[in-house]
Amino acid sequence: MSDLGLLFHQFRFENRSFWRNPAAAFFTIFFPLMFLVIFNVVFGNEDIASPTGETFSASNFFVPAILAFSVITATYTNVAMSMTFKRDDGQLKRVRGTPMPAWVYLGGRISHAVAMAFMLSVITIAFGAAFYGTEIPTTTLPALLVILVVGSGAFAALGLAITGFIPNADAAPAVVNFSILPLLFLSDVFIKVEDPPVWMDWVGKIFPVKHISLALQTVFNPFEPGSGFEWDHIGAVALWGVIGVAIAVRFFTWEPRK
Amino acid sequence: MTDVAIEVKGLKKTYGSNEAVRGIDLTINTGDVFALLGPNGAGKTTVIEILEGYRHKTSGEVSVLGHDPENKEKAFRERIGIVLQETGVDPFLTVAETIDLYRSYYPHPRPVDEVIEVVGLQEKRDERVKKLSGGQQRRLDVAIGLAGDPDLLFLDEPTTGFDPAARRNAWDMIRNLKSLGKTVLLTTHYMDEAQNLADRVAIIRRGEIVVEGEPGILRGRDTDTRVRFAAPAGASPPLEAVATSDGLLEIKTADPTRTLYELTSWAVENDVRLERLNVSSASLEDIYLELTADE
Repeated sequence: MSDLGLLFHQFRFENRSFWRNPAAAFFTIFFPLMFLVIFNVVFGNEDIASPTGETFSASNFFVPAILAFSVITATYTNVAMSMTFKRDDGQLKRVRGTPMPAWVYLGGRISHAVAMAFMLSVITIAFGAAFYGTEIPTTTLPALLVILVVGSGAFAALGLAITGFIPNADAAPAVVNFSILPLLFLSDVFIKVEDPPVWMDWVGKIFPVKHISLALQTVFNPFEPGSGFEWDHIGAVALWGVIGVAIAVRFFTWEPRK
Repeated sequence: MTDVAIEVKGLKKTYGSNEAVRGIDLTINTGDVFALLGPNGAGKTTVIEILEGYRHKTSGEVSVLGHDPENKEKAFRERIGIVLQETGVDPFLTVAETIDLYRSYYPHPRPVDEVIEVVGLQEKRDERVKKLSGGQQRRLDVAIGLAGDPDLLFLDEPTTGFDPAARRNAWDMIRNLKSLGKTVLLTTHYMDEAQNLADRVAIIRRGEIVVEGEPGILRGRDTDTRVRFAAPAGASPPLEAVATSDGLLEIKTADPTRTLYELTSWAVENDVRLERLNVSSASLEDIYLELTADE
């Protein structure tokens, strides 16, 4: 089998395994939807009027935040946790003893995470459109696809990178949540902070979470004309992807840490 | 095709100031089952992991199927199968799927059902891995090691934790591999396992090989007969005896007839009952324990 054929084969088995763990699959899918429902209850889904007098559902502003959250959960959180578990369990060491190139294995794992991010995005948008009047992007659709590809790839790479700093599988949830939850709060994903302090502004500028969130906001913002490509934000996320790959190359290990 | 599968000369491995492997020479012929024996911490796993390509040697020469494992060449990995001590597999795939997945990594794999038959998991073919017992999972480990139809199979403690019946099954399986012409390098701390399976054995102790050869040569190393018995408290036999771990006294002798005569005539004269009296030649277990004992 060619390396690419092998990668696809690997992807298929990852996928099969994912769906055979119904509890995990269920919560992966419903976690973002739960937040969408909660946001609508907490913040209300009133119509917002544009300067030209048209009205739009407020969900157009929740949905991109949930999308950012979905992409991060499906890639960063998922890859970091599962790879730490597989490392401690010896699965990675076993794989490393076979002729399969390392990049094929990691590629299979990451492409599955990216596919899950896409699936969650589609479900979230469809749910928003069906129940809360979210507008499905049309002119900004290419921008949305680019952001999802770059974002899920970058956060998956960061998920691989963080495993280098997780001592064992038991510590994985703590380390992963500690690294991502504060950022989600400081990056206007869960709550919009009016007049944030300077340091918080910088946190948003430096780390990738706010960049992907803002890039997605533009795509869904009905008041925002144009194709929706915010290259500075997309570029910042891509740069973090490169940093993630570099860290992973240096610190990712295949053998359990004892 | 060379008839030497593994050639090791002066292999050393140090971790900081700790010398885990202290100059090992080893030649393993193609088609042999070779057993590397030794207590925990003797360096067995370090040696085998260097041969598998997981660890880098500190010094020495290592050739496995003509490759230096350190280079991690694909062509090398395609010809070996590795069964590690503790490695997981995806719990949600079935036995057949798992083997099929690992087969796909190799250029000339064996058919799934053939591999399943070799390890005797036919009845569990479509069972998910998480539902297998410990012994069945271990057999699946071996099946994965065989999936790529390797020329050389590494088995690191394949039967640790098995009940006696499962161990016999595993032995049959390993004999089966030998009949297929595979070279097998296995580590174990069970002497009887090596005796039953191996063409050659090496005993490793504190990073050094203390003896190497056919299992029979171990016997030749110690021809003394053991006379063991329990004597009542206060009785002091006429011969020098040492206490064994199971509460008996043991006399090692090159002349068992005379020893027994002296011992039993003393017992009769003094009206001492020698409980649990037995006479035996050294078992491989005895020899192994003596060779690996800390002095």
